[in-house]
Amino acid sequence: MNLGALKRLGFRGRTLVASVPYLWLVLFFLIPFVIVLKISFSDAQIAMPPYKPLFEWIGDKMVHIKLNFGNYAFLIEDNLYWKAYLNSIYVAGVSTLLCLLIGYPMAYAIARSSTSTRNVLLLLVILPFWTSFLLRVYAWIGLLKNNGLINNALMAIGVIDQPIQMLQTDFAVYVGIVYSYLPFMILPLYANLEKMDLTLLEAAADLGSRPWEAFLKVTLPLSLPGVIAGCLLVFIPAVGEFVIPALLGDPGMLMIGKVLWTEFFNNRDWPVASAVAIALLLFLVIPIMFFQRAQDAESGGGLHR
Amino acid sequence: MSGGRPWFRILSLVLGFAFLYIPIVSLVVFSFNESRLVTVWGGFSTKWYGALAANQQILNAAWLSLKVASITATAAVVLGTLTGMALARFGPFRGRTMLSGLATAPLVMPEVITGLSLLLLFVTMEQLIGWPAGRGMTTIIIAHITFTMAYVTVIVQSRLAQFDESLEEAAQDLGARPAKVFFLVTLPIISPALLSGWLLAFTLSLDDLVVASFVAGPGSSTLPMVVFSKVRLGVSPDINALATILIAVVAIGVAIAGFVMARQQKIRDRDAQMALAANQQMIESMKKG
Repeated sequence: MNLGALKRLGFRGRTLVASVPYLWLVLFFLIPFVIVLKISFSDAQIAMPPYKPLFEWIGDKMVHIKLNFGNYAFLIEDNLYWKAYLNSIYVAGVSTLLCLLIGYPMAYAIARSSTSTRNVLLLLVILPFWTSFLLRVYAWIGLLKNNGLINNALMAIGVIDQPIQMLQTDFAVYVGIVYSYLPFMILPLYANLEKMDLTLLEAAADLGSRPWEAFLKVTLPLSLPGVIAGCLLVFIPAVGEFVIPALLGDPGMLMIGKVLWTEFFNNRDWPVASAVAIALLLFLVIPIMFFQRAQDAESGGGLHR
Repeated sequence: MSGGRPWFRILSLVLGFAFLYIPIVSLVVFSFNESRLVTVWGGFSTKWYGALAANQQILNAAWLSLKVASITATAAVVLGTLTGMALARFGPFRGRTMLSGLATAPLVMPEVITGLSLLLLFVTMEQLIGWPAGRGMTTIIIAHITFTMAYVTVIVQSRLAQFDESLEEAAQDLGARPAKVFFLVTLPIISPALLSGWLLAFTLSLDDLVVASFVAGPGSSTLPMVVFSKVRLGVSPDINALATILIAVVAIGVAIAGFVMARQQKIRDRDAQMALAANQQMIESMKKG
């Protein structure tokens, strides 16, 4: 076989390798969004599926396209949706900040320990991630409820006389989100801090800066890519979080993931649910693009190693 | 080591890991509790494991979830490896940015959006081409493959980025065709990444509540769906038993993986030493000759 034939074969093989996942993702990831967009413009009806077609055939060749902006108008007019979006962003933002405050010192401590300890500690960070997310959220019900472990312990040592209401509060939701997403914050931070050149700190010390000064002026700025990656990995999914507010939060707590779920499963209003999803996506498009650029820059390193 | 006070580092680790592990330990401890009240100790008992084994609904759901997760993980590893290869090895090609975006977006996409959009796709496809007829295991598997392959892609891509491309080039120079290079050189080197990708996809699929709730039909409830409807009504000790079994499986899995990896490392070290020794010998003999 000559070289040209080999190359052609290789080239064709490459096209095949790239096109299989490509087709899969276009069909099952990209096209679904187009359909969501389409259905968000249609009317609800009581049938299966519970929405009216956008295109109606009138007579022989005429196509009648009926775009209904009513679902979006409904989202804008009804305060509930605005509150849910803003509250979700607020809750996700605060949780991200808390994750950073807890995760940064941990990632720092892991990155600065000896190699053998480091691997064990890293394993301990990843391990909870391998057990069920749902069951770990469930564990907090037992800890936080009125006759739960924390209240019982506090009453036993006499700090409080009456149980504090913790379950079904915003506090419980923060605890749940921080708890579930903490590994996502620690891992990219660790990956970044571990790569850092420690001689830079020595140089800073030689030049007379105190440890905390060196941290603020050298370590922190250098770890910014890790901070950004970790924050986005926590923030974006947390905005649409459903399970944690559903299990730990107040039933009346407005989170957009819960609203979408209710519109879809309880009200069976698929067009409004679609409009909620599209609007949520618009809120998240900028952070998601940031995340992708960061991912591309690191070319897949960092997160999982 | 420099930087920071040691007591602060130790404290942050102790508190951090206490936060991560106390809930898990409490799950395990109270699965052996005699009392139905999950948080009050009523003596040691294994009766909730018996209750779990007798709960046909949970057993059926667990069986379905295991089937879905194994098929999902296998397919996700195949698709994720293809994507990872294309992104890490093919250089710039038309549509690379698009593929990279499509491949990583599911990592951060809120589950409610993924679930809703896939359901609407399945409904539309059924109307247009009659497939998939109804929703159930097939639709859950397709949905799970779609969001888990992103994780496999990232793992494979970063593994490929780490190892030396010259190994593949050497094989190619010696006349191996691309497919042969892949199966004889690339695949063995990235196999640990494939294994962790498979396990991660398996775990994510086994754990998914939201996406499965959207795309599952009546009568195809996965384990998380059954667990969720149960714990919504409050705590129940048989769920603690279920959690404990899961944690035990993970712990055993991690122990085995650690053992295997340590052994492989030992073999690699020995091979490297032997190669070094052989090299030394060759140089010696060349000096003599």
